[in-house]
Amino acid sequence: MNEPGIIPLIQTRVPQQREPDGTEVHAPAVPSVIRNFLRAKSSGRIADGAFAGVMVLCALSIFAIVVLIVFVLVSDSRLSIHASGWKFFTGQIWDPVSGDFGALPFIYGTVVSSLLAVVMAVPLALAVSIFLLDICPKFLRGPISFLTELLAAIPSVVYGLWGVFVLVPIIRDQVGPVLEKYLGWTGFFVEPNFGVGIFTASVILAIMIFPVISSISRDVMRAVPVNQREAALALGATRWEMIRISVLRNARMGIVGSVILGLGRALGETMAVTMVIGNHPDIVKNLFAPGYTLASVIANEFTEATGDLYLSALIEVGLALFLVTIVVNAVARLLVWAVTRGNTAGAH
Amino acid sequence: MGSLPVRSKGMERLLTLRRSGTDYVVTGVAILSTVVVLVPLVAILGYLIYKGASSLNLAFFTHAPVPVEETGGGMANAIAGSGVILGLASLLGIPLGIGAGVYLAEYARGTWLGAAVRFTADVLNGVPSIVMGIAAYSLIVAKQHHFSGLAGGVALAIMMVPTVARTTEEMLATVPNPVREAALGLGIPKWRTVISVSLRTASPGIITGCMLAFARVAGETAPLLFTAFGNQFWNFNLNQPIAALPLQIFVYAISPYDEWHRLAWAGALVLIVMIMVSVTLVRIFANRGALKGGH
Repeated sequence: MNEPGIIPLIQTRVPQQREPDGTEVHAPAVPSVIRNFLRAKSSGRIADGAFAGVMVLCALSIFAIVVLIVFVLVSDSRLSIHASGWKFFTGQIWDPVSGDFGALPFIYGTVVSSLLAVVMAVPLALAVSIFLLDICPKFLRGPISFLTELLAAIPSVVYGLWGVFVLVPIIRDQVGPVLEKYLGWTGFFVEPNFGVGIFTASVILAIMIFPVISSISRDVMRAVPVNQREAALALGATRWEMIRISVLRNARMGIVGSVILGLGRALGETMAVTMVIGNHPDIVKNLFAPGYTLASVIANEFTEATGDLYLSALIEVGLALFLVTIVVNAVARLLVWAVTRGNTAGAH
Repeated sequence: MGSLPVRSKGMERLLTLRRSGTDYVVTGVAILSTVVVLVPLVAILGYLIYKGASSLNLAFFTHAPVPVEETGGGMANAIAGSGVILGLASLLGIPLGIGAGVYLAEYARGTWLGAAVRFTADVLNGVPSIVMGIAAYSLIVAKQHHFSGLAGGVALAIMMVPTVARTTEEMLATVPNPVREAALGLGIPKWRTVISVSLRTASPGIITGCMLAFARVAGETAPLLFTAFGNQFWNFNLNQPIAALPLQIFVYAISPYDEWHRLAWAGALVLIVMIMVSVTLVRIFANRGALKGGH
């Protein structure tokens, strides 16, 4: 019983088999707890099978969720799909009162604000990733990456609140006039600028997707084998050349993946955008003008949608958003996997 | 091949100068970008704490909202409502997520079904939260013909599943195989091994994952807009519209009243503190976990 290596689980109580003087008696083997357990094979098999089955069901529930979402979205938007057809995506007029449902202004607003956000966030995110990986002194690395993770933890509605009361006035009074003065000739930044509009929404989106792009691109860059870096340095490359030749080039697919993931986040972002974009379905070149996005039209009009067709049109907007983000995310995930697959173990 | 470029010493030095110059410039740009990124973060947090703390009072935690003309009132019912919805979401989402994670890590390593589930979970993770709201609306609210806390909880639960599943899988993957083999070698059946050995060893990490998923949905507003809907009064009945902190912040933020703006800031601070505390707790938890040096 006190032999090393025997864990308490298989202790078998056999007190009677000891003689008073302590010598051990080799009694016919008393079935141990474990042997009993193993003998009860059938029950074990049932339990094993049942457990595995429950786990499989849990895993399959993820498929079920996706299928269920697609099913309810399609079946509930059928009315609108029949009524509008493809015109739904090309129509420029959204007028629930007269029954005109054209989602193009929302698509435009979504695409423009998201792309602009990506353009603003990507260079910063990559620069920060490079800084944290290769330049930053070790003692700063933890705190800075923790801070950038905090950015991701702030809820959308709080960004919106901050946007309404802090960012909008700044864009209106400080940033707007400067952009108008120097870039007004392009037609993208034209007064009047009320502070709420596509540009402000993009700035908020850029802040919100920055942590996504930064953390995933950092993971991808970290997955580049150390040999590659050492080889470049050994050939006499400077730090930047090492980063450019070995890190960025090897990780480029994954970096693109991280950017697309950020884009996916921006496309579906709802609350913060709804609060600062102005909510006006127009297609104009001016970025200071108010716009509207797919997600924010759902957020704003869903609860007040009167009539089945109106509601159905809004659900079709949701369906479009769902399909687009599914495709965008699938592409991004594949790209990220292509880089990090098999590398995660020896990454650090 | 005869014309290898012959470089003078001066040119050589110039080239080196240019290369190291580029290096310095890039380093500078990287440092500058980091500073530029940290500024809005500090600005947001600082302003939030300043505004929130100056408008927070005891009534915020003890009173339900009051009509516009009256001062005072708070968001106690919204905090409670959030608790109810999040509790329901965790109850539904976490077991499902852990189960899926166990399947991925313990039963489906290297199988195509596992890869498909993993991929679907990752993609589902990126689906906009408002779409989850529509799905819950169509499934529950439209059938029942009224908004309910139940629908809100279901919408949030759906969002928790993929996050919990993937972190559970990752954490289980860090449990060394010999530990499992030792258990199986003792004749312990697989289900018992999974529960008492694998899950138990990885539990700090799995708790971390659950808390992160919780923190993520705690601030969600979009899926609650037309499921839980919000409520100005106390309600604990899951079959009725129920208030939630993020929803209340949204409604107050876009209202035209200064008093409501004040409450919105206070609510935002409370929400952030709740989320930050859970994330920080998670960090402490994770660092003390048995598998700190997992990989």
